Amino acid sequence: MRAVTWHARHDVRVDTVPDPEIVNPRDAIIKITSTAICGSDLHLYDGYIPTMRAGDILGHENMGEVVEVGSKSTLKKGQRVVIPFTISCGSCFFCEKQQFSACDNSNPATTSDMSEMLYGYPMGGAFGYAHLTGGYAGGQAEYLRVPYSDVGPIVIPDGLEDDKVLFLSDILPTGWMGAENAQIEHGDTVAVWGCGPVGLFAIQSAFIMGAHKVIAIDHFPTRLELAKSMGADVLNFTEVDVREALFEMTGGIGPDAVIDCVGMETHGAAIDNILDTVKAHTFLGTDRPAALRQMILACRKGGRVSIPGVYGGMADKWPIGAMMEKGLTIRSGQTHVQKYTRQLLEMIGEGKIDTTFLISHHASLEDGPDMYKHWHDDQNAYTKIVLKPGMTPGPVRV
Amino acid sequence: MTGYQDSDAPLSVARDNDTACEATDGDEKAIVGRTVTINRPREEIYAFWRDFSNLTTIMDNVERIDVVDDRRSHWVVKAPAGRSVEWDAIVTEDEPGRLIAWESAEGADVKSSGRVEFLDAAPGRGTMVRATIAYDPPGGTIGEWIAKLFQREPNVQARRDLRRLKQYLETGEVTTSASPSARNSESPTEQYL
Repeated sequence: MRAVTWHARHDVRVDTVPDPEIVNPRDAIIKITSTAICGSDLHLYDGYIPTMRAGDILGHENMGEVVEVGSKSTLKKGQRVVIPFTISCGSCFFCEKQQFSACDNSNPATTSDMSEMLYGYPMGGAFGYAHLTGGYAGGQAEYLRVPYSDVGPIVIPDGLEDDKVLFLSDILPTGWMGAENAQIEHGDTVAVWGCGPVGLFAIQSAFIMGAHKVIAIDHFPTRLELAKSMGADVLNFTEVDVREALFEMTGGIGPDAVIDCVGMETHGAAIDNILDTVKAHTFLGTDRPAALRQMILACRKGGRVSIPGVYGGMADKWPIGAMMEKGLTIRSGQTHVQKYTRQLLEMIGEGKIDTTFLISHHASLEDGPDMYKHWHDDQNAYTKIVLKPGMTPGPVRV
Repeated sequence: MTGYQDSDAPLSVARDNDTACEATDGDEKAIVGRTVTINRPREEIYAFWRDFSNLTTIMDNVERIDVVDDRRSHWVVKAPAGRSVEWDAIVTEDEPGRLIAWESAEGADVKSSGRVEFLDAAPGRGTMVRATIAYDPPGGTIGEWIAKLFQREPNVQARRDLRRLKQYLETGEVTTSASPSARNSESPTEQYL
């Protein structure tokens, strides 16, 4: 089959690779119909995530048609399914608590040592996201092997086209959990850093959860426009000092909750970010948390800090004084996708949530390497790219 | 096995390996160990372990385990350069649902003993399985490659074996990321790393 593969920093190719096979009884094989490129794929593209190996197949936002099932899979051939990016066994302590991304069994014994050393305990498995999370092949390919297929995949009813449901695989539940972790109360003002897909879905979710006002922060005009269209007030951080702006816009109280939809590769030319960039590239520190520092200072006393943005290693100059003295609550984590898919699918079906507004381009697998380049270089025009394996090469603006 | 003055932890985490070894009955020189919580009842995990032939499912480096009789089993373990190490293990203690202890039979290349304890975790949280292995690193040529097997590896091996035990008993399968890649050297159905 054809597959989009990672070879080195800024070197993504399309290769012919063997087809996946059923290995365990609970496996299923999916013929991919849509697979998106995620913002977190840029962390791989930029070489920020360790333990990628040349030849790894990318892609963790996947959906398709069931074409083969193991003896203990509950799926049926022909079903259309969306696949959560997190792989979860459904029977360990964490899965029983619905902390699916913390699954204790989905990272194979041979790869779980690495994250145990880095983080104290092994991470759960994930598709197409380096060997720290199991070394599973991703779905930017014609076919995908799905382990524990009786737990993860959600069956999609006929009549809901791919573009409406694909984002159940990651970014929609990630934005939703980002807002849920902000513990929003009626009347709250919520500030969201980053208006990429997760940020936009967090804005949408925050309003659904009762936020009075959402203030969105970015510097790409197209993305700020999208945030505005969802009802958010917007701040372009190249135009205003964000912390002062938030102070004034909230009457000196500060936002009740702040959401980090940026993660480890903050943009912007603040002095701390420049130092962090130098350190990241010399491996003296891995993460650039300039946005998160700003958030902790901007958040009101006793407020909530939610971190769906991805971080991987260590960060310097963590404002621990501000965190403690103001009594902030911090909640974070990889998304427990399986916890939210059913509820969000219902809301999509009822028309309460729309995700299609985000997609800027459709493209074939063969266009994959070009699409990575555009996704990296032109985040203003490329707001979300969906690859469709059957499509004629040549990207189409949606 | 308690060798500490002030700590309630298992011997395998001792800062000083000699203190830990002195606390055991045998005269082995090194101790490794690992505890894993498995979301299954004690009796079930004990029963799985007590039938030693089951252990090939979760022990990656074990080629074969022949159960000779109720107390004696014969182990064949993969060694570097395509060779293998064999020995007999004798069960020395057996408390159903609680504990299995064993030691290598007279004349084994590597003198070793081990025990696996099945402890109740907090209510509703299954069982803590604690494996402790004491062994005597051998000298000579044979010792060199056995050392590879037993000296640097046992901790990693124990950790991975127990993780596979947990996967198998909790999910019914041993987790694998066996997947295609663009690396020609790998079979799509074999696990790498």
